Order: sequence, then C-alpha cells, then structure tokens
Amino acid sequence: MNEIERTRQRETLAGRLRAVIDGPHVLSLPEELKPYECDGLAAYRVIPLLVVLPGSVEEVRATLRICHAEGIAVVARGAGTGLSGGALPHEDGILLSLARLNRIVSIEPDNCCARVQPGVRNLAISEAAKPHGLYYAPDPSSQIACSIGGNVAENAGGVHCLKYGLTVNNLLGVEMITIEGERVTLGGGGLDGPGYDLLALITGSEGMLGVVVEVMVKLLPIPQRAQVALAAFDEVETAGRAVADIIAAGILPAGLEMMDNPSLRAAEDFVHAGYPTDAAAILLCEVDGGSEEVSEDIAKVRQRLLDSGATEVRTAEDDTERARFWAGRKAAFPAVGRISPDYYCMDGTIPRKHLPQVLSEIARYSDESGLRVANVFHAGDGNLHPLILYDANNPGELELAEEVGGRILELCVEVGGTITGEHGVGLEKINQMCAQFPPEELQMFHDVKAVFDRKGLLNPGKAIPTLNRCAEFGAMHIKAGDLRFPHLERF
Amino acid sequence: MVEQDIAQALAEQVRDAAGRRRPLRLVGLDSKDFYGHAVEAEPLQLGGHSGITGYEPTELVMTARAGTPIAQIEAALAANGQMLAFEPPVFTGTASLGGAVASGLGGPRRPWGGAPRDLVLGITLLDGRGRILRFGGEVMKNVAGYDLSRLMAGALGTLGALLEVSIKVLPAPTIERSLVLNLSRDRALQLMRELARQPAPLSAACHLDDSLHLRLSGNAASVAAWEKQIGGDAGDGGDFWLRLRNHGLAFFESGRPLWRLSVPPATPRLDCEQQVLTDWAGSQRWVYSSCGAMEIRDEVAKIGGHAILFRHGDGKTPVFHPLGSVRERLHRGLKQTFDPQGILNPGRQYASI
Repeated sequence: MNEIERTRQRETLAGRLRAVIDGPHVLSLPEELKPYECDGLAAYRVIPLLVVLPGSVEEVRATLRICHAEGIAVVARGAGTGLSGGALPHEDGILLSLARLNRIVSIEPDNCCARVQPGVRNLAISEAAKPHGLYYAPDPSSQIACSIGGNVAENAGGVHCLKYGLTVNNLLGVEMITIEGERVTLGGGGLDGPGYDLLALITGSEGMLGVVVEVMVKLLPIPQRAQVALAAFDEVETAGRAVADIIAAGILPAGLEMMDNPSLRAAEDFVHAGYPTDAAAILLCEVDGGSEEVSEDIAKVRQRLLDSGATEVRTAEDDTERARFWAGRKAAFPAVGRISPDYYCMDGTIPRKHLPQVLSEIARYSDESGLRVANVFHAGDGNLHPLILYDANNPGELELAEEVGGRILELCVEVGGTITGEHGVGLEKINQMCAQFPPEELQMFHDVKAVFDRKGLLNPGKAIPTLNRCAEFGAMHIKAGDLRFPHLERF
Repeated sequence: MVEQDIAQALAEQVRDAAGRRRPLRLVGLDSKDFYGHAVEAEPLQLGGHSGITGYEPTELVMTARAGTPIAQIEAALAANGQMLAFEPPVFTGTASLGGAVASGLGGPRRPWGGAPRDLVLGITLLDGRGRILRFGGEVMKNVAGYDLSRLMAGALGTLGALLEVSIKVLPAPTIERSLVLNLSRDRALQLMRELARQPAPLSAACHLDDSLHLRLSGNAASVAAWEKQIGGDAGDGGDFWLRLRNHGLAFFESGRPLWRLSVPPATPRLDCEQQVLTDWAGSQRWVYSSCGAMEIRDEVAKIGGHAILFRHGDGKTPVFHPLGSVRERLHRGLKQTFDPQGILNPGRQYASI
C-alpha cells in the first residue's frame, strides 16, 4: 500500500469507526499514533493505521465487527508494559487500547472474587480488596502499571508463582469478544465452567484468540506475616543445590530468588540493599502464612541454607529490612543497565535440577565469548533471566551476544525447559519457537487459532511462527537506554 | 510389549479407526465409566500404558504414563512427603492418572490445592489422526505457544487420548486435623465463607446433615492455633474426607439422579437444592432434587454457575450444561481440529463433539 492509499484507507476506516465510537477516541493523526508505536520492548516500532480507545464493551464489539467485515488486523493493548512486543502495532491494522475500560466492577468478599475491566491495573485490584483482608496474588514486577487484561493475555507470573501460581491459576472467568463481535463467557462464577477449559486456553494466548473485556479474578486472604532470609554462597552451584534442599525439606517458599555476583553487585551499587558483595551468589527466600507457621518455616529455611553451605544467612529484622532485601532484587534489571551500554535479557525456564549445570554452562559461554553475563533467577520455579552484557558500538559484539543468547535458549530446551517462562513469545521470540516445537505442533497452534479467528485478524504475526519462517532465526536485543518505563521494577 | 510399542500400537489403532471412521471409546482403568453419556464403540485401552517415567521430589513434578494407577502415584509421592493436591476421586475402582486429568474432577482440597487443570504442566497427546504430539513440559512456568495441555483437563478424551502427563506436585502438610461443628446449612455456609476470607489453614470445608466438617492442614503451630479458635470436636478421625472424595458417604448411595452444581460459593440456598451436600466451602453442591433439569439449569445459570447430571441420569437428559451458541461453535471447531473424523469418545460430553 502506498502512502496515498494508506491515508485514504485511514480516513475511510476512521470515519466508519467514528460512527460507532465517540469521535475523540479514534486517533488518526501522526502525533496521536506515535505514542502507541511500541510496547515495553522499544526496539520494535510500528505506527498503526489507527488507534481506537473504546469506552464500553459495546464499542469494542462494534469495532471488532467493522474490522472483521473489512478484514482489518486488530492488535489489543493493555498498559503496553509487555517485554516481548506482543502489543506491537500492525501497520495496516488498528491498535485497540483497552485503557479506558478501567473500572473495578465489583469486589465480592464473600465469594473471594473481583470483577474488573481489562484496563484495571494489577496492583489496583489488591488495593481495592485490601479493606476486606484480601488480595490478588500474581504480582508481575510491573504491577503498578500493567493491566489485568495484559496479564491474562500473557499469563503473567511474578515472584510468588511457585506457591500461588500464575495468572491462569488465579482467574475464575473472563468475558471475551470474538473477532466477529460476539460476547462469550469463559469460566464462570464457580470454580469451573461447562465444557472445555477455554479459560485456560485464552490465558497466555497473547491477544490471538479474542479480546477480553471483563475478568473475574480470585482473591486470597492476605497472609498474616511474611519473613525473608538472605543467604550468601561462595559458589553459584552451591546456591543452586540449596534451592533443591529447601524444597526437599517440604517447604514451599512464597518467593525464592537468586542473583549471581555480577547482578548482586550491580544491584548493591544501585540501591544499597546491604548485599554481601563478595558472595558468588545470594538467595532470597521468603515464607508467608500464619505467624506461628512463618516462625517455624523461617527457622527451618535458615538451618537448611546453612547445611547446604551458605557462608552467611540473615533474616530481616523488620518489614523495612525485608523491603530493603527485596529492593535490590527488584532493581536488578535497571541496575545491570547502569553497568553496561546494552544488555540482552533472556527468559528461559529449566527443570530446577539442571540449575547448577546450566549455570556453569552459561559461565563457560561467558568465558568463551568474553561477554559478561549477570544472572537473575526466579530460582524456585526455574525461570532464568540471564542478562548478557555487551556494547553495540563495538563491531561484532551484538552478534556475539546474540550467539550466546541463542546457545542459552538451546540449552534451556535441551534440558527439558522452555524459551519463555513469563515474558511471552510476542514478536521477540517467534523464531525461537521453531527450536522448541516441531512442525506438527506448530501447525496445531495455527489450527487452534483458526477456530477462533479464521481470517487471522487478531494480532497477526505474533506468538506462533509460520512454518516457513522457521527457516529464519533471529534474536532481539534490548538497548539498555531503550527499556521503556525505566522507573518500573523489572524482575 | 515395551512402552514405546504400546504407544505406537495405540496410535496405529487410532489411525485405523480414523481411516474407517469408526468411533473409539477411551478407557483408562474404567473407574468413571458412569460419567458422561455412554459411548457405544470399540475400546481404546489406555490402562496398559502405565508407569512413572520421571519423579524427582525436589522438582515438584511427576511425569507418568496415563494408565498409571492414582494409588501408585500417591504412594510414590507419600514416600517423599508429597501429594497430588487435587485429591482425585477414585470412586470404587482404581483410577488412572489419564482418567483423573481427562475428567477434570477434583476432591475436597480443590479450592485450595487446585484442579487437574491447575496442576497439569505438560502432556503427550494421541490426537484423532493418530499422531503423537507434545505440549507444555515439565516446568512450572511456560508461556510458549497456546496452553493445549490444560485444555485437555476435563475434555473427557474428546480431543485426544492422553499418553503421558507431567503434573505439579506439592509438599504434603505436616499435620491435618478434622473438626466437626453442629450447624445448620445457612450458618455453616456463613462460617465457611468467613473462614475462607481469613488466612486460616483450611484444606476442606463441607456441610452435610447439620454438621460442618472442616479440615485444617499445615504445620503444627498454625493448625493448633486455628483449631482452638474455631472449636468443635474431632469427628471420625479423617475417614470422612476419603469417603467424601470417593463418594463413599451414605449421601451418595441413593439411586436418584445426582446433580453437581458449580456456583459462586456464597450463593444462598437455591430452590432446587432439596437434599444437598455442600462442599468446597460452598462452590460445589451435590444435590438431589425434584425439580426438572431445565429448572435446575436455569436457576444455576442465573447466578453464573452450571449444573452437571453427575450420576443416575435417564440417558436422555444432557449430562453437561448447555454451552450456548458461541461456545458451542468453538467446541465444534476444536473437536474438528484435534479429531477431524470425530472418532474419539463422540457424544460422551456433548452430542456435537
């Protein structure tokens, strides 16, 4: 399409949409479209044909009906904090922002649930539930800004997944609009819905199957107390084994996080969390629950960590110290961004038992390439965020980082893991999907999409590679300076 | 036959049936044959595909072939202080892991421990074309591709035969205590909901015949503290929960149609609930009713729930709750995708799939 045709199409479509949507909420001017050109993965930028901000479910339906009739691509967007380019616009499609659907419809304390619109921020749900002694458990690091609709699309995690599960484990139902504009309830008011578990299928489907316009989330009682232990190790492998030892003791920590020396030093320099900077690795182990339970568990954790070879174990004296222990971990990404011109963030998951092996392999790749790697792990559930440090201004270094990243991902798949634990495939990891799934499984994904979206209009080109594309292979590099919303915690 | 050969033979049987468009009735260990509509077809015997293929307690993951008996799995887990958190009902027979996942049923711990769909991490699936496919994996966090593993939980084998399942397992609580309080249904429901809102170590809450049965699970100090706060007496020492899980209580002995209502937990007594056992702190209600199927389904649907004619249906009344046109279309589309010849358990769940 040339620019003239494009402009004409833009104006025609805008006109049609303005007939069903309040005029100012159909954006078509270049300066209006620009802010929507990317999500949290700022290296990819595309200006959409139009941005539409519906103010009601009916407006969402009307928009989708028009797009379906006209064959226009639709990319849904929540708060735009995603890290894999899942909300990257399509140049010939509309960007459907759900930001105006931001109402908490109801909090039902007796049913331990909340009914919210997709644009409601993750943390806002817990804030609204707090007076009832309840909260919403999944806590992705961007939770002050990210929206629940985006959380559903990505099956967002956080640091408490091992004990409390992912988004999929904390939903009761969603109201979804199909590409044809029909409204359908998936899940229900009870703990299950009739027929196939379409709620589970929709969760994490990256906006490829439908547009969620209401979410019913489970609320949990706020734990009476939480306590965190910080343990130092003089070998990364020892720390890895300590993780298994804690699980073997029958403890299910609320959070179990690991940082290696490069990342803990970067974090310490940045936020002064009080980390022992001479340690090869630290573990943060949080337990929560009833007061008595926490006292007992934290004593057990402490003993286990010492038995496993920790050189030092500290338990937080009070909530201020607990917050400080966590502050370093939560600031790890921006902290690493301060010590290197660029870094490449990975999101693999591996079976925990391979942690020591994978760590030493990563160290070997690092030595061989001469590139530093700072490792930040959700160690409890095996979700690794190795950050490969490089400088794009040095010729060849970007390609080298890419190669190291590729080797790490291959290693994750090789040991029985996955290329993405929580950031999603989006556009970023679409090529790596080819390494994880054989053609028959990939084709099955395409066929499932076609059941929901025969014309392939919802978020085209994301999440599932075409079989042809699998011939290609690329990887994405984040310019440290380009990480959007640098004030948000990323972990 | 070695296991690889069993899987290949099963695949061959499905390919053959697909080629001839002859339906197959999926059978694990045959403990839940009563559930859903009868399928008159040649059996696809999955019970022989058995055995735990991977279990390392520190991983909190077990992988087993679909025909592995639940009892074998639970024994292996118990030896390591772990459990299947969804407490799969095994009824009177020996249930298999594949059947437990395919039926999607959870026991008394379900509101706190999750359902099969919450715990399934990966599957090996034999689809309706006779292809062996793998989805998900053995890790807790995995967002690569659509979650087709969880989709199989509760699909009653209509989208494929499970050959192997990887499932998240959890540490078993240090101690468990049962409490019984003499309370009317309304008072009991109120108390169950109050407790569900507090950080109490509840792992089961059921009301039957003017008795509220509670189970507390956790470490000693926490359970003792809540035991004291809640009061009541110790009941029959824990057998109640096993009998509830497997429908071995006298309540379930009736030959009348047994309804399972899945509703928002705080829902007050419904008109159709004439004889009721309230489980899952209010979310799951087992009901005998003189109301007609339509009446029951209408009343439950109004509050966002659904109703299953769990046992002793007349063979004509649909067992599962109507889907409505959009969901129905999506179900048919998925069925067509996984089982284009419509040979896997046709009609067991809905006539159209």
